[in-house]
Amino acid sequence: MRTTLIQISYFAASVLFILGLKGMSSPETARRGMQQAAIGMFLAIVGTLFHHDIISYEWIIVGMVIGGAIGAAMAIFMPMTAMPERIALSHSFGGLAAALVGVSEYYRHGGELSAVKMVPIGFEVMLGALTFTGSLMAFGKLQGLITGVPVTYKFQNASNISLLAITLGLIGYLVLVPTHFLLFYVMLGLGFLLGVLLVLPIGGADMPVVISLLNSYAGLAASATGFVLSNNILIISGALDGASGFFLSIIMSKAMNRSFTNVLFGAFGAVAETAPVGAEAAAGGINEGTIDDAATVLWNAQSVIIAPGYGMAVSQAQHALRELADLLDAGNVTVKYAIHPVAGRMPGHMNVLLAEANVPYDQIYDLEEINDAFSRTDAVLVVGANDVVNPAAKRNPASPIYGMPVLNVEEARAVIVLKRSMSPGFAGIDNDLFVQPNTMMVFGDAKQTLTKLVAALKK
Amino acid sequence: MPDEILFGLYVFVLAAFVGYQVITQVPPLLHTPLMSGTNAISGISLVGSLVAAGAHYNAVSTVLGFIAVTAATINVVGGFMITDRMLKMFRKKEDKARR
Repeated sequence: MRTTLIQISYFAASVLFILGLKGMSSPETARRGMQQAAIGMFLAIVGTLFHHDIISYEWIIVGMVIGGAIGAAMAIFMPMTAMPERIALSHSFGGLAAALVGVSEYYRHGGELSAVKMVPIGFEVMLGALTFTGSLMAFGKLQGLITGVPVTYKFQNASNISLLAITLGLIGYLVLVPTHFLLFYVMLGLGFLLGVLLVLPIGGADMPVVISLLNSYAGLAASATGFVLSNNILIISGALDGASGFFLSIIMSKAMNRSFTNVLFGAFGAVAETAPVGAEAAAGGINEGTIDDAATVLWNAQSVIIAPGYGMAVSQAQHALRELADLLDAGNVTVKYAIHPVAGRMPGHMNVLLAEANVPYDQIYDLEEINDAFSRTDAVLVVGANDVVNPAAKRNPASPIYGMPVLNVEEARAVIVLKRSMSPGFAGIDNDLFVQPNTMMVFGDAKQTLTKLVAALKK
Repeated sequence: MPDEILFGLYVFVLAAFVGYQVITQVPPLLHTPLMSGTNAISGISLVGSLVAAGAHYNAVSTVLGFIAVTAATINVVGGFMITDRMLKMFRKKEDKARR
């Protein structure tokens, strides 16, 4: 009877999770969808508390109170700009939980484990451990605790792949000889090590791919837990999470013109190793403009497209940007936002920041939706974006980013680029856009520049 | 191969297909909330940790289970709360005018 009730709660939760994700197909239904998913989660947890193996609740209560308090505090106080960091942290917690449940199951059953259970435990522990340290590394890089520059060394890919092969070999051996306890913990250790080594060569600009990939691993680890515990809801939720991470990784790698194999084998550092190209173009003069010059261009335009990038997140310029857009809007200038899929440090990063600044989402357009509109636009305002607006991706076959889809900002009548300095972007590539005759560069912190622009427009 | 694992694989593959179909419909606008939402959902591994923490199989399992409960609860509570906080911010132009 108890078991049936638990199974019914899991079944209801599975349905609610899928309905919840379905709600995410539109901003109108997304919130309600996620509330449904939360109800599903609640049902599944309450159901599990009736599990006949559970004989005391003190550790459960303490863990849930501590975890709930930390989770709620992070949700309430973390600024939206820190969203990539929060997501990376939560992937690491997910990985840790999966790995620990796997270790606990192994410790409990030890040598009696059948091959059928040992395979998923192996995957659960390896993926969990790898996700835990990998996500902590990603967090460290995003937070600036670890250098954001890719760390590369000779035979990096070869050694990573051999390490992965050894770990998988250990799982295979444990399936045959489950009593070899030492090897199990060596396998766990290798999982932790792999997570560190796989993220080490990845630069800041490639973070969107890595975060999506870790999302997928965290899901697969949860799914493996489901196989270990013969629990369908874990299998289903893990598969949903894994599929979402996988899908986002594909989108992100397409947006960076990398093949998915390239992503899987962690060759992210490759771009930064290439010598900067297009330097001869950058030798040409740039057009530096003052705040007033920029204000005049914007004020005389009828249509303006704003292209934000990671620089906007760094200087927290989204609110000042919205203020500027409001002023232009009030002056009958049509304002649209163009978002490149990999602008920022995670999928959808820019959209969340603009939403936080109260920008209506019907003014926000994706790359494909808006790319033809640039040629019909009077002025483009680039705020802290670099590689995603570099025309070299279309024109210069020698450029490392050649072939990557970019925003066609240079087709607009005038382009204003807000940038901290002339330094090249993360990929270390010069940007032909900055030396175009129709481009005006305004140097300085994006937020300060925008605030000054607002003041100039009010005059 | 025992039926149990085979059945699990059925469930896994079908769920992955459903997930992929549903998730490809999510617009880029909502990719960040999608990620934090699916992350909250995969906090369902809490269900496994709960049993490990409450069953008194042995001291090690209890301690590991306790840590896992804490970590998974952070994801569940934090994940759903922050996803809601984000989704609350997505508004259309008319909605804003009405506000």
